[in-house]
Amino acid sequence: MSSESHGPSDLAHHFDSYEQQKESATLGMWTFLVTEILFFGGLFAAYSLYRSLYPEAFRAASHSLDIRLGAFNTAVLIGSSLTMALAVRGGQTGKPKTTFAMLLGTLLLGSTFLAVKAVEYADKFTHHHVPGPSFHFEGPDAPHAQLFFSLYFGMTGLHALHMVIGAAILAFMLRPALRGAWTPRNHNFLEGFGLYWHFVDLVWIFLFPLLYLIGRHH
Amino acid sequence: MAHPETSASSSAHAPHVMPLSTYFLVFAALMVGTAATVGAAYVDLGWANNAVALAIAIAKATLVVLYFMHVKENTRLIPAVIFSGLFMLLILFVNLLADYGTRGWLGVEGR
Amino acid sequence: MTSSPNPVPAEFPRTHYLNAAYGLKSWLWTRDHKRIALLYLVSVSVFFALGGLMAVLIRMELATPEGDFFQPDVYNRLFTMHGVLMIFFFLIPGIPAVLGNFLIPLMIGAKDLAFPRINLLSWYLYTIGGAFTLWALLHGGVDTGWTFYTPLSTNYVNTAVLTVGVGIFIAGFSSILTGLNFIVTIHRMRAPGLTWFRLPLFVWGHYATSIIQILGTPVVAIAILMVAAERVLHIGFFDPKLGGDPVLFQHLFWFYSHPAVYIMILPAMGVISELVAAFSRKPIFGYKFVAFASIGIAVLGFLVWGHHMFVAGQSIYAGVVFSVLSMLVAVPSAVKVFNWTATLYKGSISWDTPMLYALGFIGLFTIGGLTGVMLATLGIDAHVHDTYFIIAHFHYIMVGGAIMGYLGGLHYWWPKITGRMYPVFWSKLSALVIFIGFNVTFFPQFILGYLGMPRRYHSYPPEFQVLNVMSSAGATILGIGYLMPLVYFVWSMRYGPRATANPWGATGLEWQTTSPPPVENFAYPPVVTAPPYTYEAQPAAGKGAARVV
Repeated sequence: MSSESHGPSDLAHHFDSYEQQKESATLGMWTFLVTEILFFGGLFAAYSLYRSLYPEAFRAASHSLDIRLGAFNTAVLIGSSLTMALAVRGGQTGKPKTTFAMLLGTLLLGSTFLAVKAVEYADKFTHHHVPGPSFHFEGPDAPHAQLFFSLYFGMTGLHALHMVIGAAILAFMLRPALRGAWTPRNHNFLEGFGLYWHFVDLVWIFLFPLLYLIGRHH
Repeated sequence: MAHPETSASSSAHAPHVMPLSTYFLVFAALMVGTAATVGAAYVDLGWANNAVALAIAIAKATLVVLYFMHVKENTRLIPAVIFSGLFMLLILFVNLLADYGTRGWLGVEGR
Repeated sequence: MTSSPNPVPAEFPRTHYLNAAYGLKSWLWTRDHKRIALLYLVSVSVFFALGGLMAVLIRMELATPEGDFFQPDVYNRLFTMHGVLMIFFFLIPGIPAVLGNFLIPLMIGAKDLAFPRINLLSWYLYTIGGAFTLWALLHGGVDTGWTFYTPLSTNYVNTAVLTVGVGIFIAGFSSILTGLNFIVTIHRMRAPGLTWFRLPLFVWGHYATSIIQILGTPVVAIAILMVAAERVLHIGFFDPKLGGDPVLFQHLFWFYSHPAVYIMILPAMGVISELVAAFSRKPIFGYKFVAFASIGIAVLGFLVWGHHMFVAGQSIYAGVVFSVLSMLVAVPSAVKVFNWTATLYKGSISWDTPMLYALGFIGLFTIGGLTGVMLATLGIDAHVHDTYFIIAHFHYIMVGGAIMGYLGGLHYWWPKITGRMYPVFWSKLSALVIFIGFNVTFFPQFILGYLGMPRRYHSYPPEFQVLNVMSSAGATILGIGYLMPLVYFVWSMRYGPRATANPWGATGLEWQTTSPPPVENFAYPPVVTAPPYTYEAQPAAGKGAARVV
């Protein structure tokens, strides 16, 4: 008759082994991340097109971004990647307290990033750099500068949305982490979320130079 | 492809745990890379500015993928999946920019 | 063929996936891929009916040269919604969500897909996306054409672009998750001994389809988001007043929407491979070529999107490159047609209903495909772009190809899915009615397009009326042909004779379990020791034994 309907509860009934379950989870999450690469990729394609068409406008608009805040945020996000990787390591080595502490650290660093982002956005609002009817830009080629800001808000906004979702999930992961939900035998959810968080960091690694560092030597 | 395993034998397949030092070294390298990319932006290298910024970003991304995301220890299927995505992204970029880049080459109005 | 230690019971199972649990919750909260496939069957059939209704109204208008049935902007909404419903809610999910979901775990000897809960989520996302689109339909729909070109869609219409955009966006996630599930399942959950080159070609076809779903769908998703941002927040990505380029939208849109047509045809090709092998009682000629051709179509399909933009202002050099690549992508499709034909050669052909659909597919897909090569030629496309020639071309592939593949597959696996057989006379008759109705509907459209009748117009010069009346008459016949299976399939679920495990005498793991299968798919985990389609070794008995003794 039907087999294995009462196996261990952390091995799904349709898998034959923990290894198969883990390999499937890893492949599944990476396949999803590839869709995210293409998703952000569409915006990067639009960016590369318009930057190649209007280099002056893009340079002037880029200079209106605060490079210190951008660099600080980059460091914060890389730090959060470190804590996330250490959280996963806590799951691999069976140390719930480490996992908990590192997840908490990731959440705090991620929240810092979002707070700084909010400050930057508020600054853009004050300077009327938000695309739309109230847009106003003092610099060469203002209409094309608006394209830069459309892409700035589009790309960093989409990125921030991914961070907000990640932060929300992190908050819900704290209690299970402390209770030892993720063991060396099965920590697929922890590892999968880690992959997602690192991916969000990867997007920013490219966004930072492309948006903040255009022609700064002028 | 699939074989039943008891919980005892599954621990024999426990993944290799990277040493702590690896994580901190990668973190340090990423920080250095960030500083380098900011610094390089202020130096006038002409067209090479773009190349340098992209190269540093790709180097940082590679470190994150290999070490933080453990791809160094995955089966070769994972890099194949990643490269297929990057390849399609490249196709999108190349053909898109090739369209705009070659407009007007023939001297025909609007093409 | 398997060498599983357990012979398949010939009698009918007492408990199987359909009667293992009853009640609405057991269906709406199921994780069983077989039940999810049936949920999809119901949903896609609803959207097919709605899209078909749009088509009926279109053909009614086009029976007379004057635009006398509908106002022009109503007509615009009709053809737009016809396209949106048929493409995003019938053809793209269609075969993968219904037949793929049901059969892939069975064909590879697994108990379920890799991620059963994500499979259910896929269906819910599809339904929610469909609900948004239905809401829009009931509130007047969209009138931009299913292609949503900017700046019309961003700046100049006040129809439900946003709602339909949201619906398609959500349905796109459903598509992505289905593809993700299939890729992981095929890589990680094959039975012992089931190497890649022992997989049925149906599985290869769905694997290639899933690659396209993963790589392509996100780009149209971001394109939709950008249109929404421009409409709502006035963030001008495509607005020429700000230096934006409307053609950028077309690039991003067609980067997905061209590979999307391969999402629609590759699963059907997978079905046809199974049908041709089973009803010629021969292994598929050149199995590896067909398998690699599926992957080739998927990869090459991503390189050709500019052939939709030859007259959009794209650079001529880009046009030349896209033209050459488009001719190249016809090659793997042709390889498949040749190999199916070679399979038929000296085969033991039987004329069961699924085979009728397969033969119809091969002929009609070839016609559609050849006209595609014509369209890849810049000189021809400049004249026939946006005419009925294009419409005929893609309907030959989508309806003459994909839908006939879908129906052939339904008729082939129906006994496995439901444990019942349908009435053979009516099924053969409806296949004939569909074939005739299809050709009467769409062949005149090739001529109309070549003579210059534009698409998306509700009126036309009077000299085109005869061909249009023919087309509308054909549409009526086609509609009747589609209604017939609805009747006898439903009838068969109650009154049809019970089916044995392998009524067609076919190879493949799905035929080694009962009809319908048990919840866990197999009583004993199968082991595979032989290549697929080992028909020479098969006795002819067992085929046609669809009735209970």
